[in-house]
Amino acid sequence: MCGIVGLFLKDKSLEAELGNLLTDMLITMTDRGPDSAGIAIYGSETPGKVKYTVQSASPEADFAGLAEDLSKELASEVSVTVNSTHAVLHVDSQTAGGVRNALAAVRPNVRMMSRGETLEIYKEVGLPKDVASQFAISNMSGTHGIGHTRMATESAVTTMGAHPFNTGDDQCLVHNGSLSNHNSLRRKLRREGIHIETENDTEVGAAYLTWKMREGATLGEALESSLDDLDGFFTFVVGTKDGFGVVRDPIACKPAVMAETDQYVAFGSEYRALVNLPGIEHARVWEPEPATVYFWSHDSSPTTTEKAA
Amino acid sequence: MQTLDLQEIGLRQVNETLHAQADNTNQTAWEIVNPKGAHAIACGLNAPIEVSVMGSTGYYCAGMNQQATVNIKGSAGPGTGENIMSGKIVIDGDASQYLGATGHGGMIVVKGNASSRCGISMKGVNIVVQGNIGHMSAFMGQSGNLVVCGDAGDALGDSCYEARFFVRGSVKSLGADCVKKEMRPEHLELLQKLLDEAGIDADPQEFTRYGSARNLYNFDVDNAAAY
Repeated sequence: MCGIVGLFLKDKSLEAELGNLLTDMLITMTDRGPDSAGIAIYGSETPGKVKYTVQSASPEADFAGLAEDLSKELASEVSVTVNSTHAVLHVDSQTAGGVRNALAAVRPNVRMMSRGETLEIYKEVGLPKDVASQFAISNMSGTHGIGHTRMATESAVTTMGAHPFNTGDDQCLVHNGSLSNHNSLRRKLRREGIHIETENDTEVGAAYLTWKMREGATLGEALESSLDDLDGFFTFVVGTKDGFGVVRDPIACKPAVMAETDQYVAFGSEYRALVNLPGIEHARVWEPEPATVYFWSHDSSPTTTEKAA
Repeated sequence: MQTLDLQEIGLRQVNETLHAQADNTNQTAWEIVNPKGAHAIACGLNAPIEVSVMGSTGYYCAGMNQQATVNIKGSAGPGTGENIMSGKIVIDGDASQYLGATGHGGMIVVKGNASSRCGISMKGVNIVVQGNIGHMSAFMGQSGNLVVCGDAGDALGDSCYEARFFVRGSVKSLGADCVKKEMRPEHLELLQKLLDEAGIDADPQEFTRYGSARNLYNFDVDNAAAY
């Protein structure tokens, strides 16, 4: 098992509540997986800047003087906002390409969680309620977000094995299920030059999408081809800068419930996760079809692409 | 009417109260409010009582039901009515996967759609769905009837034994050893009875019957690919 929640806001007046609503949804899913928890929040954006969320096991030591050291290494102003074991680096988009190397040079033990203009990812080992309070997720605002609580099956319970996984700029993936061909796919993707950090199956799923998109596929196309190339069980929820998408494998044994009102589109592994959302009594509630890619975006109307199983 | 507030007294107390009802109880009408998608609501009932759950439910609502009537005034989560022995379950909304799995008897009515694996390994239960059903429904169905007023998904009745399937709409694909069969007068009569019992107005003449071709009952090497 694992628990997934997602919330995409159509009504701007709810944006200040995003962290709060997502936290409540995720805590309800705790008994689907108590190993680790994570949340991806699509929040504010500063023109000309890119945000990197980074993590350290010893934040006091690693984050002290990080802004100065990185600014010097990159020869460009970097500001750092520390939040417990995570920190968000605000970097000029001109110099952003060098951040991974610069970080490896000045703080080799600091791990990269995400990169994007609006995306921030917070994840740690522990219960959803503890992880959410560690990062004060409830106070965060944003346009949309995704949460995950993990019951590990394929790899170790570590921060880097927690979801969501960053797949590309402002893109992230969470997964309920297990992939059975992740070892061979990992070898293939590494040969293609894709950076894969852990032995985790979902990270391979995320890396697969990154690779597909690097080869020119849109996210929708990458999700569709995942139905052919990934062997195993999955319900995926993906986040992008503008929206979020859902896809389930053709067998569809991993549960999924969606709800839509004029104010939001919500996803939960179970209906329980959605019961405290405003106006849920009158929402359209349904189960997403197997082998079908669903997508909602702030930029365009919702789309559904069915692919033959 | 007795009202139980699930948020107030908790699931265990709700179910214990319902389990305490004997065959000759005078308290036959029950209402459960604030279900909020909780799991295992009204599971294991065994008394001639009628329970209405005022909202949507999570996993395994009304599982192992005997005698009781359980009305779900919302949508139902995975495994609803699993291993039902007798009685009736009526779902106003949609039902999630493996509805009525391994059910031995009684009836389940879904006013909306049922998702994948509806009636998987059914052993005598009657399931009537007003909408559509998902893939792999009635997989290994052994006996009982599955009535679908809408469409059926992929692999209907795969590896089925003697369960009967009546579908009014289209069938995306039939599973291994499941075939279309002739609607004889006794089937029309049976279907009318099931529809009446489910309270659904539909003409039996519009349905097609499917069932086992009985080719997979005994091992035959020529069928190896189909097992």
